Amino acid sequence: MAEGAAPGAATATSPAAGGVPTYDVAVVGAGVVGCAVARELAGFDLSVALLEARDDVGDVTSKANTAIWHTGFDASPGTLEARLVARGWQLLGDYAEATGIPLERTGALLVAWDDEQRDALPGLERKARENGYERCEIVDAERVYALEPALGPGARGGLVVPDEGIVCPWTTTLALALDAQARGTAVRLGHHVDGVEVGATHTRLVTSAGPVDARWVVGAAGLGADHLDRAFGHERFTVTPRRGQLLVFDKLARRLVDRVVLPVPTAKGKGVLVSPTVYGNVMVGPTAEDLADRRATGTTEEGLAGLLARSEGLVPALADEELTATYAGLRAATEHRDYVVEVDAAQRYLCLGGIRSTGLTSSMALGEHVAALLADAGVELTPRTDLPPPPAMPPIGEAQRRPYADAERIAADPDYGRVVCFCERVTRGEVRDALASPLPPSDLGGVRRRTRATMGRCQAFFCGAEVAAMLVEGARGGAR
Amino acid sequence: MSGVARRTVDVAVVGSGPSGLVAARRLAAAGADVVVLEREAAPGGVPRHSAHTGYGLRDRHRLMTGPAYAARLAEEADAAGATLRTEATVTGWAGPRALAVTSPAGLEELDAGAVVLATGARERPRPARLVAGDRPMGVVTTGLLQQLVHLHDRLSASRAVVVGAELVSWSAVLTLREAGCATVLMTSEHDVAEAPAPLRWLGPRALGVPLATRTRVARILGRGRVEGVEVVDTRSGARSQVACDLVVFTGSWRAEGELARTAGLQVDPASGAPVVDTELRTSAPGVFAAGNLVHPVDTADVAALGGAHVADAVRRWLEAPALPPRGVALAAEAPLAWVAPTVLRPGDRPPPRRRLLAWSTEARALAAVRLTQDGREIARRRLPWAVSPGRVLRLPAGLLDAVDLAGGPVRLTLD
Ligand SMILES: Cc1cc2nc3c(=O)[nH]c(=O)nc-3n(C[C@H](O)[C@H](O)[C@H](O)COP(=O)(O)OP(=O)(O)OC[C@H]3O[C@@H](n4cnc5c(N)ncnc54)[C@H](O)[C@@H]3O)c2cc1C
Ligand SMILES: Cc1cc2nc3c(=O)[nH]c(=O)nc-3n(C[C@H](O)[C@H](O)[C@H](O)COP(=O)(O)OP(=O)(O)OC[C@H]3O[C@@H](n4cnc5c(N)ncnc54)[C@H](O)[C@@H]3O)c2cc1C
Repeated sequence: MAEGAAPGAATATSPAAGGVPTYDVAVVGAGVVGCAVARELAGFDLSVALLEARDDVGDVTSKANTAIWHTGFDASPGTLEARLVARGWQLLGDYAEATGIPLERTGALLVAWDDEQRDALPGLERKARENGYERCEIVDAERVYALEPALGPGARGGLVVPDEGIVCPWTTTLALALDAQARGTAVRLGHHVDGVEVGATHTRLVTSAGPVDARWVVGAAGLGADHLDRAFGHERFTVTPRRGQLLVFDKLARRLVDRVVLPVPTAKGKGVLVSPTVYGNVMVGPTAEDLADRRATGTTEEGLAGLLARSEGLVPALADEELTATYAGLRAATEHRDYVVEVDAAQRYLCLGGIRSTGLTSSMALGEHVAALLADAGVELTPRTDLPPPPAMPPIGEAQRRPYADAERIAADPDYGRVVCFCERVTRGEVRDALASPLPPSDLGGVRRRTRATMGRCQAFFCGAEVAAMLVEGARGGAR
Repeated sequence: MSGVARRTVDVAVVGSGPSGLVAARRLAAAGADVVVLEREAAPGGVPRHSAHTGYGLRDRHRLMTGPAYAARLAEEADAAGATLRTEATVTGWAGPRALAVTSPAGLEELDAGAVVLATGARERPRPARLVAGDRPMGVVTTGLLQQLVHLHDRLSASRAVVVGAELVSWSAVLTLREAGCATVLMTSEHDVAEAPAPLRWLGPRALGVPLATRTRVARILGRGRVEGVEVVDTRSGARSQVACDLVVFTGSWRAEGELARTAGLQVDPASGAPVVDTELRTSAPGVFAAGNLVHPVDTADVAALGGAHVADAVRRWLEAPALPPRGVALAAEAPLAWVAPTVLRPGDRPPPRRRLLAWSTEARALAAVRLTQDGREIARRRLPWAVSPGRVLRLPAGLLDAVDLAGGPVRLTLD
């Protein structure tokens, strides 16, 4: 049952009768948070299962966000979120270096567009210091335009935050999942947890693909975190999805924006930002709309039109550039202003809820935090000494050496010289590698998140059929 | 950079569609050392994917299917001595006329005496049209549809909505029909469909396709797989939903102009096309452009004849690489979105086929074109046919006879 287990990893015990797989810890939800938690826990002498309802990891909020690597300079001081974002910034930065997750240290510029906003800058700088972040600098309008010459008129001043950056959310989640898997975690896709039966020593998780037993359960269910929490008998919070719509502009717009351009945050949220992406595009968003439907990941006419108007105000030259993509993601907001992280030692259950708008950055710190909480609750955590090296992730970032531009790789394997997706310059070799990976894509979206294929300006006009054919062949090959 | 092969050549042609192949054939026949770089696995460009007939009328004086036409042009270029390289993607520039190329053979910098950009055009996909909704499977462009059906024989859909009513939209309807998929609705934002009158009248009747004019597709319905579209009547604002399992976004062409942009060429923001003169020179010395890249889009035969035209200009540049004389700019004004070519120089030939190509955003049953220069009307001509959006407008170059090549910019519009 413990397929994929690395030598030395604690393996699941299969009770004789019934053959229900049994683990020390089951993590529910394979978004970036669940993957980071599973990876962390699999670094100890524990058997770990990662249960995910969908057919791929990172297929919900973790794939549709703004992809900023936050310093936490603007978090609410004293909250768990503030602490974990700052710590997560450090951990993810180091991990990206070790694994090749696309990450660029672009810096951010928070821009004040009127006098009231300008007067708010010193307060923001003070808040950053309370959060332990000392490197903010207030600048005048002239400096704002020197840093970002393409900005529209009207800037009154700004706050430079040199350590904010941008990161690839897809590769981050995948790297953590592959690492967890290499450390022996049983990654179980297509396992929707429908109910829990808490026993004396184990909890039985009733899933859409059969039961799984675990001593401890960690909930990292994102938009479904409150449902899982209720299944354990709690009434602590309700998730209210807060939708964020985004526009992605053509790569030819990348020269217009050098760093993350933030608005002055308001009571309603962080506001609409303009940012380069690690794929070399420019992104504008997100909106913030409170909804009831947890599956409402569609964009709206008003949302898109509003963002387009906003884009042209922020960076007028964007009006001449094409849109490459539009999408929306749902933040798992709750009635609490901080993350909801609670240990229920009696039921051996740990809840991670309300990880709404910073979870990509804080994910690895949440992993550390979970391990510490479990240790406090009496779980014996013996660090393993035989861990495999972290995975080497494909360089899908524009700032990296992409295979199509790597003479040595092409010489070693001509498939890296066969460009299949022309707009994004994705090669046959990269699609092939993604299909052959230990966590292969289950559909075209999965191929796109692993390679960028079809996500360019033509949106598959040229390459869609070829990539689809490779996916089908790959699936057949896999079945053989 | 290590591992990069460097080569020099007289002419590098980027793109092996009709325009690129014909340019290469003619230049090679005249003795030039010509390399055609094509990113796909076979030469031929868009006609290769377009199985129906309708190719070759103006250049070969007969009708052929797309693949037969593409194969013939490729054979002729090859026979004339041009080197056709496939799976060779031009990724950028290594110098003013030097191309960075990726192929299975490795990285290469190809330094050319002249470069012809013939990279074609593509349809605007859904995001560029700002259509709201989720991102389910089953949203394609005609280009993708035809590849799925003709090159890969892979389409599982039974009810399609075709967005747009241009010529290419009917091509999409035919392809759908061949694949056993019904077109349940065709939409056009215009008052009348964009396609020429015979198709406009015959199409809906012969093919049984309901056509909704003044209709905008506002939203895609469905999550995993398309379930329908929400359409808006642009006059009344009334909304309705149409069930379908495939949405085909057709037409609304844009030049495939990345290399033009990254070279820093002057580009027309309306079409994305590099600005060219009547010899098809771009704004960079020794860099030329032809085919749908400069007029997104016209038919393949027109692209091919543009290829022949540019070849002669390239030949003259190779013989004597001199900067052209100063010219006069020609600009399109509403309701015209763009015109090509847009630079008129003394001593240059008239444009290919003695035609100016333009694009209207409005339909006009009766129309006249008007040219003004330095505040004066210099030419006006009644058009014998109706003007329709979504279809290239071909204007006789004789209109330009009255232009003062020492004067100010010329404006072209419709009355
Ligand atoms: C618009 C927007 C912009 C954002 N910008 C940023 C940013 O710039 N920087 C940043 O750091 N963060 C950002 N975030 C936040 C970040 O995306 C999230 O905090 C993070 O992705 C949350 O990860 P997660 O693993 O908790 O949730 P998810 O990614 O939603 O994962 C939860 C997983 O649990 C699974 N699941 C749920 N219920 C069950 C069940 N019963 N059984 C099995 N599986 C289940 C789901 O299928 C899902 O895969 C943004 C979010 C949004 C929406
Ligand atoms: C669905 C459809 C139906 C049509 N039906 C007809 C018809 O019936 N009759 C007709 O006459 N016309 C028809 N056309 C139009 C016709 O196909 C085009 O006018 C013609 O192909 C234009 O030729 P071109 O040389 O400009 O470019 P294209 O044929 O578009 O070729 C451009 C080539 O450049 C290559 N290229 C682009 N960038 C690079 C790069 N960076 N590196 C290397 N290579 C590159 C591309 O891969 C492509 O092969 C149709 C078009 C479509 C889409």
